[in-house]
Amino acid sequence: MKHSKFAAYVGAFALALPLAVTTVSAQTKTITIDGSSTVFPVAEAFAEEFQKLNKGQVRVTVGISGTGGGFKKFCRGETDISNGSRPILKAEIEDCKKNGVEFIELPVAFDALTVAVSPKNKFIGDCISVQVLKKIWEPGAQGKVVNWSDVDPKWPNTKMSLFGAGADSGTFDYFTEAVNGKAKATRADFTASEDDNVLVQGIENDANSLGYIPYAYYAPHAKQMKALAIDGGKGCVFPSTEAVQKGLYNPLGRPLFIYVSKKSADKKEVQEYIDFIMTKGAPLVTEVKYLALPAAAYAGALKHFKDRRVGSVFGGVPEVGISIEELMKRDAKS
Amino acid sequence: MAFEVVADSLGAQAKDSSKTVANIAVRRRRETIFKICGLLATSFGLITLALLLIDLAAAGFPRLSWDFFTNFPSRRASQAGILSAWVGSLLVILTTASIGVPLGVGAGIYLEEYGRRNWLTSIIEINITNLAGVPSIVFGLLALGLFVYGLGTGRSIFTAGLTLALLILPIIVVATREAIRAVPAALREAAYGIGCTKWQVTRDHVLPASLPGILTGVIIGISRALGETAPLITIGALTFIAFLPDSPISSEFPFVSFSWLFDGFTVLPIQAFNWISRPGSDFHANAAAAGIVLLAITLGLNAIAIYARYKLRKKLQW
Repeated sequence: MKHSKFAAYVGAFALALPLAVTTVSAQTKTITIDGSSTVFPVAEAFAEEFQKLNKGQVRVTVGISGTGGGFKKFCRGETDISNGSRPILKAEIEDCKKNGVEFIELPVAFDALTVAVSPKNKFIGDCISVQVLKKIWEPGAQGKVVNWSDVDPKWPNTKMSLFGAGADSGTFDYFTEAVNGKAKATRADFTASEDDNVLVQGIENDANSLGYIPYAYYAPHAKQMKALAIDGGKGCVFPSTEAVQKGLYNPLGRPLFIYVSKKSADKKEVQEYIDFIMTKGAPLVTEVKYLALPAAAYAGALKHFKDRRVGSVFGGVPEVGISIEELMKRDAKS
Repeated sequence: MAFEVVADSLGAQAKDSSKTVANIAVRRRRETIFKICGLLATSFGLITLALLLIDLAAAGFPRLSWDFFTNFPSRRASQAGILSAWVGSLLVILTTASIGVPLGVGAGIYLEEYGRRNWLTSIIEINITNLAGVPSIVFGLLALGLFVYGLGTGRSIFTAGLTLALLILPIIVVATREAIRAVPAALREAAYGIGCTKWQVTRDHVLPASLPGILTGVIIGISRALGETAPLITIGALTFIAFLPDSPISSEFPFVSFSWLFDGFTVLPIQAFNWISRPGSDFHANAAAAGIVLLAITLGLNAIAIYARYKLRKKLQW
């Protein structure tokens, strides 16, 4: 008796399945976003506010598959918008092309990769040049540049503790490109973590630490660690909104992007969403401790979107130290 | 001559027994050392667990409030809640259990009661044991290729349920087989003796008798599935989702809707992971609180299952 009841349940379940498939089409409007976890706090702030504004008429979902994983879904046409902590790469552009997915590249915020040391470290001063950073981080430094005195004979003869991003993050790609001249080229004998909070802890608790982290992770801990100014050849510049906006924080200031599928751009809710980001997004970016673009850049990005300017201004080649003005002026090549 | 031999052997015995006495002391000491080692090994795990729980409770307890359960995720740590995460977790687990348990128990019964011992069942057996050791991310990749792209089930609760069902299948199969094997042969023979078919024996005697053991396997499997993150991120679980799946009860005929199966979702471990990896420390309390909730759900499910097992065991009379 009991068993036949169970069988009836199973039967009902099996019958209901095809029924469920047919009802899916009648849904509320949804904008699907995926991609970089670095961009996630910004995307979440946008999505949350936008949904509130629309009183639940439009649904926005955000995933964290990573920049690369996000582009994979995006280029299959599964998502409307993809978050990137680096520009789209050549292979990814090819992938998109194969599936007939055209995209519009829009900068939404800045990140300033921050080089930080322990506040106990007095000898290093306030500023570090890119050359010195390279001396510390280049692949050849492994096993050779171990003590501070190996970098500069005036510095003490104690062991450095280095902290840096894990190989799967966009931060890692960008820093190695900017400092060592080649993406992913680095020494390997340092504490690497995908989780930036681990790096924050490490830098704070080790008197001989030096590490690089995104600005958003530095800002809440500004008292427990010392950010160094970066000398990219034109004098020392501390990471700050102004410096990054003016393009002075070179080469470690980087724009964060969203990529909008051209097909999705025809949907009214996506148009409203982009309009919302570009006109009301800046304070939200600041609220989640990221660096907002200058107002002109948001206006320019909105114009690019309305003109449906497809393709990437980078053409699939990684590039560092490019100012936002230059970014907006450039023609997209796809 | 004979006397000498006896005396000799007596002497040897006396020597032996004094050696034995000395040996006993050594062996006793060895036992004490082992006891201490065992105690240390046990308490190491327990103390670590206790410290973890205390740490989690201290960090997360102040965040536990009604709002925390009824709010969607937010960029503001103090307003962020786990509504979409706990609903997602429960629905995914429900789907996992309703797919994984019948499949796993069915496979276990077949292999133990019906399957003939030949090379095919041996291969299946080896594979099931191996499957239990496959890293969960591999299940995620399989699901991405097979379910999401191949069968087109989407990045949905249904896909997540299928994936986790596969993941816990070996655990349930193995537990089912162990439980069935523990059923005394006399029980089966008695049933056969009065003319029952194999199906009748299995359904009315073997299965009820092995139910407590099967339940244990199900609990372990479900608890494992509840904490999984990697395969779900691979198949495309969301992180920010500020709406709930469709309601399973509808106002129109047939009143029960299964469209929630095909909605996007997030689960508690993903939410906690996202919060712990965010800049600043204000989200860390949320992560700890989400951890407490996850732990409570797991312990709650365990408690229910243990109670059910206790009741079932009491009913068994041989």
